[in-house]
Amino acid sequence: MSARTRRGAANTAFYATAVPLAILFLAPLVWSGFTSVYGSRATGGEPGFGVDNYLRLVEYGAGLETYVVNSVIVAVVAVVGTLVVSVLGGYAFSRFSFPGKNLLFLGALAILMVPHPTILIPIYQMLRTFGLQNSLIGVGLVVVMFQLPFGLFMMRNAFDGLPRELEEAALIDGLSRFGALRRVLLRGVTPAMVTVGMFAFIASWNEFLTPLLFLTNGDSFTLPVALVSLRSGEFGAIDLGALQAGIVVAAVPCLLIFILLQRHYVRGFTAGAVRG
Amino acid sequence: MPSSTAAPERSTTDRARARRRREATAGWLYALPSAVIIVILFLVPLGLAFWMSLNDWPLIGRPEFNAPDNYAAIGQNQLFLDSVGFTLKYTVVTTVIYLVIGLALALLVQNARPGVGFFRTAFLLPSAVGLASASLLFYALYNNDYGPLGDIFGFFGLPVPDFLGTPDNAFASTVVMVTWRFAGFNMIILLTGLQAIPVEVYEAARADGANWWQILRQITLPLLKPTIALILVLTITGSILAFEPFYVLTAGGPSNSTVTMVITMFREAFSLYDLGSAAAIAMVLLVALVAINALQLALFRDRDTAGRRRFFGRRAAITEEERR
Repeated sequence: MSARTRRGAANTAFYATAVPLAILFLAPLVWSGFTSVYGSRATGGEPGFGVDNYLRLVEYGAGLETYVVNSVIVAVVAVVGTLVVSVLGGYAFSRFSFPGKNLLFLGALAILMVPHPTILIPIYQMLRTFGLQNSLIGVGLVVVMFQLPFGLFMMRNAFDGLPRELEEAALIDGLSRFGALRRVLLRGVTPAMVTVGMFAFIASWNEFLTPLLFLTNGDSFTLPVALVSLRSGEFGAIDLGALQAGIVVAAVPCLLIFILLQRHYVRGFTAGAVRG
Repeated sequence: MPSSTAAPERSTTDRARARRRREATAGWLYALPSAVIIVILFLVPLGLAFWMSLNDWPLIGRPEFNAPDNYAAIGQNQLFLDSVGFTLKYTVVTTVIYLVIGLALALLVQNARPGVGFFRTAFLLPSAVGLASASLLFYALYNNDYGPLGDIFGFFGLPVPDFLGTPDNAFASTVVMVTWRFAGFNMIILLTGLQAIPVEVYEAARADGANWWQILRQITLPLLKPTIALILVLTITGSILAFEPFYVLTAGGPSNSTVTMVITMFREAFSLYDLGSAAAIAMVLLVALVAINALQLALFRDRDTAGRRRFFGRRAAITEEERR
């Protein structure tokens, strides 16, 4: 067999395997999007294209927009909080030596070792004690805590990758240390911040157990919790068409961000490898 | 007369000490938000969880010290004991499937080819869907009145299964769903591991006449050991803590056949209103997971520090995603 026919055979085998697999992986997503705009058999309506599934979803419970706004609040707290805390912390771990530094880093890494439910029950109890049930900000802050090990690690490595001369020059130009961080260094660590922010967004948008525990009032449900209670028929009979519309609303932001920032997503996995 | 020479020296060391102190203070200020989050949202709750596990702690009412009753009760809790076996079975099955399918996908899309990026994205895309949403999506897919799967089985003349109706079917249906959700994710981790293997190693093996299977067995797999260890830690941790797939997709049924450990913990707290018992179950889970992870780290110890750092970096990136 010549080299070219061998390569041709390998290519054929590749596409013959990869195409059906890709169809298998994409089919559930395509089906969900399709059925969300196609009249559903579940409600016995005439089949046909339309947005009535979405219109019924808007009417559910406290209303779709309430759940979307709640999810957005949690996501904003989670993303902004994670970025602020890990940029400042990463800077500290990269550039300063202070007593307790290693202990603090160890504390952050320990978050990875602990099952989330272990922490969530006492936090639920603490929030109740202070009358903070149904606190969307509380849910967001818990996501910040879970994201902190990754955020600190990414940002410390990003700052380590910047030459020290950069801030020395900024200090000579009369900037304060914080000014140098804000005006000079942040530009250098932007790719890492995009990665950290994206992970925080996807994690908070999809978080289920934390809001399920913390939010008892239907008006403060986030999107995933609202959808699951819709499934459970809490708001009446199960409406699979509206549920499908809800799955699309919940999945599309993550899918879009994922496709747009895919390079950063993959870099997140290799973060440690780059800096060795 | 030392004074004339010692005085300026002392002042430089004083100045150096003052600068170090200023540095330490500044460092602490930048690290303060992290420290506050770690202490208030992690260390205090961790301590409180332990304290709660030593008390009779009703959802409403006064806690009362009752150690070690909550721990003793775990041994009598048949639902929990059954859930241990079920969770372990689920963990073994998912670990094997993720590893085999993830590796197969990674080997498939390893080489640059026209369109290979599309396939990587296609396999990875389900990982961006939230686990609760993915469970709901498959709940609809598995509904025989609504979903297309029944029609597809019928088209091929196969009997239409009740996908969530029997214990075995519910288990298999859930495994299919989580495989769809996580296979591409494991593929990406393995792919980064594969791409770290130098091309020269393969070239040398091929020059020596090694075939595809020999290369996989004797080169790829041994060099992937750290990556495989990472996937084992992630999958085992994630599967032992499984919650959403069974809470949403099967609701623990039929007849409590798919109840995981975290679901029993959840029921203890929010159906039986016994936070102390739930905290005790959480502490047992914590100790078990730390022990399992320590054991795995010891078995797969990657001797150089760079490898260990890489491990923690990736693990930090992935844990949030892999949890379920």
